[in-house]
Amino acid sequence: MTLLPVLPILIPLCTACLGMLFYRSLRLQQWVSLFGAGALLVVSILLLVIVHRDGMIAVHSGSWAAPFGITLVADLFGAIMVLLGAITAAAVVVYSIASVDSIRKQYLYHPLVHVLMAGVCGAFLTGDIFNLYVCFEVLLLSSFVLLALGSERGQLEGAIKYVTLNLFSSAVFLSAVGILYGAVGTLNMADLSLKVAQAAQEGRDGPLTVVAMMFMIAFGIKSAVFPLFFWLPASYHTPPFAVSALFAGLLTKVGVYAMIRVFTLIFTHDVGFTHSILLWVAALTMITGVLGAASQGEFRRILSFHIVSQIGYMILGLALFTPLAIAGSIFYIMHHIIVKANLFLVAGVAHLIRGTSDLGRPGIVGVYASAPIVALLFMIPAMSLAGVPPLSGFWAKLILLRAAVDERAFLYVAIALLVGIMTLFSMTKIWAEAFWKSPGESADNENSHDDAPPAKPPRTPFTMLAPIAAMALLTVLIGLGAQPVFELAQRVTDDLLTPSRYIHTVLGSPDAAPSGDAP
Amino acid sequence: MNSTILQTATRYLLPLLLVVSLVIMLQGHNKPGGGFIGALIGAAGFALHGMAFGPKATRTALRVDLVWLMAAGLAMAIASGLFAVVEGSAFLTGQWGSVHVPGFGSIKVGTPLLFDIGVYCVVLGVVMSIVLALLEE
Repeated sequence: MTLLPVLPILIPLCTACLGMLFYRSLRLQQWVSLFGAGALLVVSILLLVIVHRDGMIAVHSGSWAAPFGITLVADLFGAIMVLLGAITAAAVVVYSIASVDSIRKQYLYHPLVHVLMAGVCGAFLTGDIFNLYVCFEVLLLSSFVLLALGSERGQLEGAIKYVTLNLFSSAVFLSAVGILYGAVGTLNMADLSLKVAQAAQEGRDGPLTVVAMMFMIAFGIKSAVFPLFFWLPASYHTPPFAVSALFAGLLTKVGVYAMIRVFTLIFTHDVGFTHSILLWVAALTMITGVLGAASQGEFRRILSFHIVSQIGYMILGLALFTPLAIAGSIFYIMHHIIVKANLFLVAGVAHLIRGTSDLGRPGIVGVYASAPIVALLFMIPAMSLAGVPPLSGFWAKLILLRAAVDERAFLYVAIALLVGIMTLFSMTKIWAEAFWKSPGESADNENSHDDAPPAKPPRTPFTMLAPIAAMALLTVLIGLGAQPVFELAQRVTDDLLTPSRYIHTVLGSPDAAPSGDAP
Repeated sequence: MNSTILQTATRYLLPLLLVVSLVIMLQGHNKPGGGFIGALIGAAGFALHGMAFGPKATRTALRVDLVWLMAAGLAMAIASGLFAVVEGSAFLTGQWGSVHVPGFGSIKVGTPLLFDIGVYCVVLGVVMSIVLALLEE
């Protein structure tokens, strides 16, 4: 029981360790990696089931009591995020069997993916803000290597922007942690929640608002919100498709997770100020992201800009700060991780079949002609992203819009709707250019059935199709079973908006909580 | 670089740096130090060796494959945490025992030491991989 919340961090680390030991044999590495991803998936399902049944679990690693030692907290939000991470990781590991070249695998591709996962799961489970920083660093460092692995020209160009901006964000994050520690004298998030509220009551909230803004900037860069997003579309289209999918699904969402955690648990002393900034940020993020996407003509660049615009929706829910809105954000994250990672995986298959990721290239036949199944598998996440009922994205948007209407924030309702239509436009653009384009329009040999596609496209390996199909199925399931998923999101929200539960789980009962009144 | 002065100095400095790095690692338990900075000092020694004699010579001098060194270090760090789990307490809780060394008395050894050695190996492996990759460019 005390081991369970540690396992999602330990399993990827052990997998990475074994993968490094067997790094000479690619086959063995692959099996270790698959096994590790499977184990992580099983454990995260178990963790979610147990947390859902028995409530949150706090483990004090090293048996050092709460505000001093490092606490791992598996609450419902964290457990759901770990499960989503594990699903993405499993899909990506299976997908990379055939799609990632053996040179990258020799240079420890698989162990790096698992180290990244250790960082991601650690960020979702930690109850200590400095430890959160450490987990961010772990996942960033391995993402740097994954991004640059292969050293192609475009990759390095993207990696430089990615590394610079993310290091800057880490510096801001670390400074904010330092100032916060100086101001209230603790790093444990549950304890911080108490101390920050106490300090705000005593009128010492000046530095706290500054620190809150620093956290907003740091997490804003990581989650790619409005003025700080440009590193993302500059880098996400450069690495192998499997790596893009992993990054697109998880990395920005770690930033959003941290933002939601910090701005529901710790910095709620001046909601009128912090959350109205977030509201503007959300609106501008949605608009700029979707406009950026409309101007692009490359598969993954369009998708990258859409990550930005979708992040806007998640922040919108947090910014409105009503129970329904936050539940909408949580639902949106659950839907988005699956859908976005899947779209990048489909982009890889489309690239394999068409030989290019550029959309407007003349003379290239659409995917539909040779692989209608792949086209269908693109359609599901794409329509879900655009918010077509009954897929998951529709419900996510519906909940957020309903919350915005309840708050009479009609401007934001209008923006969200407009951005939804623009998303549909982008998705149909990809559909028309990359998938639908018939041989007749581009090639001149119309009626010859035997060699309709000029050059026979390579067969798509089963290991690339299976994860895509599984994720598409999951999208449909979230869409059809929206009610239970929404109830789950509501329970998460309930926990998030009642920080006392989190605090009691970590620090014990209120009287037993060690008071830090001593100067 | 082929400098006799640097090469001769390195022959004396490398063992010295390695001893210092081990001392720093061991005293890290209750004084400033620890596996991380210990390994950085050790890596400084090997980096010096790499500059004086070339990266190829350093790889032979290191004797172990760097990837394996990292993997072994990671394994030790994880294992040091798991001892406590077997015992029934939280992950990473320190477990202590004593070893009797003839002519010296008994020495307390515990899992934090294993953790530090693990960190030492990982950091040495990572830093040396980077340094040697740069020297080989």
